[in-house]
Amino acid sequence: MPNTPSTPGLAAGRLPAEAIAENFADLHPPLTPHEAAVAADRCYFCHDAPCIAACPTSIDIPLFIRQIATGTPEAAAKTIFEQNILGGMCARVCPTETLCEEACVREAAEGEPVQIGRLQRFATDTMMAKPHPFARAPETGKRVAVVGAGPAGLACAHRLAMKGHAVTIFDAKPKPGGLNEYGIAAYKTVGGFAQAEVEWLLGIGGIDIVNGKRLGADFTLDALKADYDAVFLGIGLAGVNALGIDGAEDAVAFIAALRQAEDKAALPVGRNVVVIGGGMTAVDAAVQAKKLGAETVTLAYRRGREKMNASRWEQDLAATSGVRILANTAPKGRAEGGIVLAMTADGPEGLKETGETITLEADQILAAIGQKLDAAFGFATEGGKIKVDGAGRTSLPGIWAGGDCATGGDDLTVTAVAEGRDAAEDIHAMLTGAA
Amino acid sequence: MASLASEFLGIKSPNPFWLASAPPTDKEYNVVRAFKAGWGGVVWKTLGEAGPPVVNVNGPRYGAVWGADRRLLGLNNIELITDRPLEVNLREIKQVKRDWPNRAMIVSIMVPCEEQAWKAILPLVEETGADGIELNFGCPHGMSERGMGSAVGQVPEYIEMVARWCKQATRMPVIVKLTPNITDIRYPARAAKKGGADAVSLINTVSSITAVDLDSFSPEPSIDGKGSHGGYCGPAVKPIALNMVAEIARDPETAGLPISGIGGVTTWRDAAEFMALGAGNVQVCTAAMTYGFAIVKEMKAGLSDYLDRKGMSLSDLIGRATPNVTDWQYLNLEYVAKARIDPDLCIKCGRCYAACEDTSHQAIAMKPGRVFEVKDDECVACNLCVNVCPVENCITMERLPAGAVDPRTGRVVQAEPADWTTHPNNPGAVAAE
Ligand SMILES: Cc1cc2nc3c(=O)[nH]c(=O)nc-3n(C[C@H](O)[C@H](O)[C@H](O)COP(=O)(O)OP(=O)(O)OC[C@H]3O[C@@H](n4cnc5c(N)ncnc54)[C@H](O)[C@@H]3O)c2cc1C
Ligand SMILES: Cc1cc2nc3c(=O)[nH]c(=O)nc-3n(C[C@H](O)[C@H](O)[C@H](O)COP(=O)(O)O)c2cc1C
Ligand code: SF4
Ligand code: SF4
Ligand code: SF4
Repeated sequence: MPNTPSTPGLAAGRLPAEAIAENFADLHPPLTPHEAAVAADRCYFCHDAPCIAACPTSIDIPLFIRQIATGTPEAAAKTIFEQNILGGMCARVCPTETLCEEACVREAAEGEPVQIGRLQRFATDTMMAKPHPFARAPETGKRVAVVGAGPAGLACAHRLAMKGHAVTIFDAKPKPGGLNEYGIAAYKTVGGFAQAEVEWLLGIGGIDIVNGKRLGADFTLDALKADYDAVFLGIGLAGVNALGIDGAEDAVAFIAALRQAEDKAALPVGRNVVVIGGGMTAVDAAVQAKKLGAETVTLAYRRGREKMNASRWEQDLAATSGVRILANTAPKGRAEGGIVLAMTADGPEGLKETGETITLEADQILAAIGQKLDAAFGFATEGGKIKVDGAGRTSLPGIWAGGDCATGGDDLTVTAVAEGRDAAEDIHAMLTGAA
Repeated sequence: MASLASEFLGIKSPNPFWLASAPPTDKEYNVVRAFKAGWGGVVWKTLGEAGPPVVNVNGPRYGAVWGADRRLLGLNNIELITDRPLEVNLREIKQVKRDWPNRAMIVSIMVPCEEQAWKAILPLVEETGADGIELNFGCPHGMSERGMGSAVGQVPEYIEMVARWCKQATRMPVIVKLTPNITDIRYPARAAKKGGADAVSLINTVSSITAVDLDSFSPEPSIDGKGSHGGYCGPAVKPIALNMVAEIARDPETAGLPISGIGGVTTWRDAAEFMALGAGNVQVCTAAMTYGFAIVKEMKAGLSDYLDRKGMSLSDLIGRATPNVTDWQYLNLEYVAKARIDPDLCIKCGRCYAACEDTSHQAIAMKPGRVFEVKDDECVACNLCVNVCPVENCITMERLPAGAVDPRTGRVVQAEPADWTTHPNNPGAVAAE
């Protein structure tokens, strides 16, 4: 008998392979040229456009949309990539509902913003089907080490390489891309896009990637400082906060395994899954568990729903995918085949347990209660992150940092890109004596 | 429901919406469908002389200009007059008129500029029982090169001559259709009147090239890599047509000459505007070609509702706006207005700011939080911001009352109107008494 959503315990292949494939198809399929033309038509070409201000990489959105409207999607892509070399990934993963599209004046006008994200994908897809569009400046003879091949490291490396510097990226994981490769929900970046994007980005030349090398274990900061003219750290948040509940798995690891699986139908998932957390990672883990065929998936969040870090749009995605969201429930301990949750209430003195508890059946418990810096490497930190000034300068001279590991930013792909890029500009200014 | 029953040159039709001479009126099949849909009348697609009919190109004959959402704003064509034999058209016209006696049936004609040619065709048309004829002096392409269409319409003496021949040769009312491809529409209209024409209809299409293919470098529509100018019509030409209708309506030499208004009529509102400027009825082509015959339902309901709301009859509407069309020099310079932005309607796009700051009078302030405000001491009331604002009625023009000081000029607004003819800066000003 094949497994079904009701098969007890952990089981693989709860749904037919085709159903799983369909569940993990592109969440936002690409716009057709006709759809893109209609969507582009809606942009008002605002003055000093609020959408630009809301984009962490400040893409000239009205310009690129106008370029789509005038039948030049490649020029549009260039406008995007000049500001954000990972514009392809950002088009897929940015929570546009809290960024550019939230600020779009047509959101104010009709509650229906211009589809900036999907138009961005339309433009970038066009150009990414072609060779790399940017040319490298003449070699400067300077060498920069970048640690971490996530969005921050890649954006930094690309900008530095474009300016003529020689860049080596070291990453602990076997593949580059950071959370683009190991973290982002599978239905946001289908078809091996993360690796294709890295390859396309490397088309600039002048960047070497060394995978499987971990700072702290395989090499030291001092060695990098000695060998290179500058160092950029984009190491993300590799550590996870522990839940302290027996048998709870790390949701990020669950997602990483899912992203790397050759065959999703071979991935075991619980019949009754409980995800603890209230952010994007929690939603992604819950939705993907459901898409693998779990019978029930409950997202338990300890505060009120309005406090969830996941945007309203993501909460709705969870709900429409069949995930039940239980707000004001905090994990208390295990019960036989299940988990005990304490009901909570927000009071004047903060969050309190009300004394009531509920017990949910749970064959699989996924903890998504935040990631943290795995080692501080001697940097000054703030709020558990490497402390940097605006341009990404750390407390140690000659070392920059950006992305999730550094202060500032929203722990989003797009902010990581912006910080990597800006640090590269600062490094370049320093290396060429302009700063 | 206000009655839309219309009478033009004594020709009755249930409403003032006629289909203009063009593909929608090219054959019995179309015209019957149009009448079933509710059109008041048709001007049959232009007939030529007996004998072998003209031939059309066998490739694209239309080009177009679009607005947002690919809404068709302007259409251009290189079609000729009917390419079907004269006898077939006459037979069908007769049949349709017999089957639909209460609808207006006008026959458009274009034959060479020789008296014999007109004398030959008119009895044949009269025999169909048609209500009137329209002389096509307007077609700007294909026929004009053969000395017909706008080649005649551009020479007032020819218009007068042909109109006179026709009036002498037929009992039917004669409408002269005018081309806009001239410098002053009043001359051909005056000529038509002198020749005895009963009415003018306008406009025919405007000579145009809609686009150039930037790969083949051929104008559009392209026939095997080459293109020829066509005739432009649709919403884009409406302002040109409205002005020409008004010019004829207020010209003392042609005042009172019935006008059939044509050019971009797409909704009841367009029709009402033409009629307010002096047209006795309207003709429609592009709107029907874009959306089909069903649009007449909206036109009829809309015009009737409007008349009800205004408590007007259809005849009250005709020419209601004509006296308000004047020359620039008579415009009241004591009418002083300022733009006003409604902050509740504003969606903060900043287009008004960009327009005024870059190209107008630097009269809009952009304040923190994207709050846009008009600076009264700079605003000249040009209306540009109103025109570029995407939200209707978000920016309006507010008149300063008499006695108020215009902060831009420091002048007190006078109650008495005053125009350029008496303005001190006008070297030819006549001193006010
Ligand atoms: C499950 C999940 C879903 C998410 N979904 C979205 C989303 O939909 N949209 C969005 O905008 N953001 C999303 N995010 C956030 C986003 O992925 C991150 O903000 C972004 O990837 C941060 O980029 P980064 O380059 O700073 O770090 P990372 O992407 O984490 O990359 C860090 C890289 O450094 C390497 N590394 C770490 N330590 C070392 C070391 N000691 N030595 C060598 N290499 C090291 C890692 O292997 C990794 O490749 C999500 C995050 C998670 C966890
Ligand atoms: C394809 C096409 C063919 C036309 N043929 C004629 C014609 O044979 N005779 C004529 O008088 N006008 C002809 N016209 C002009 C129309 O009757 C009308 O004057 C013009 O299109 C403006 O009206 P509109 O804006 O409603 O289309 C033609 C227009 C089009 C689009
Ligand atoms: S805010 Fe919206 S309408 Fe304005 S420029 Fe940006 S995308 Fe276009
Ligand atoms: S009316 Fe003209 S001058 Fe006045 S604010 Fe608008 S654009 Fe500026
Ligand atoms: S153009 Fe209209 S909507 Fe846009 S900012 Fe100006 S007043 Fe507001």
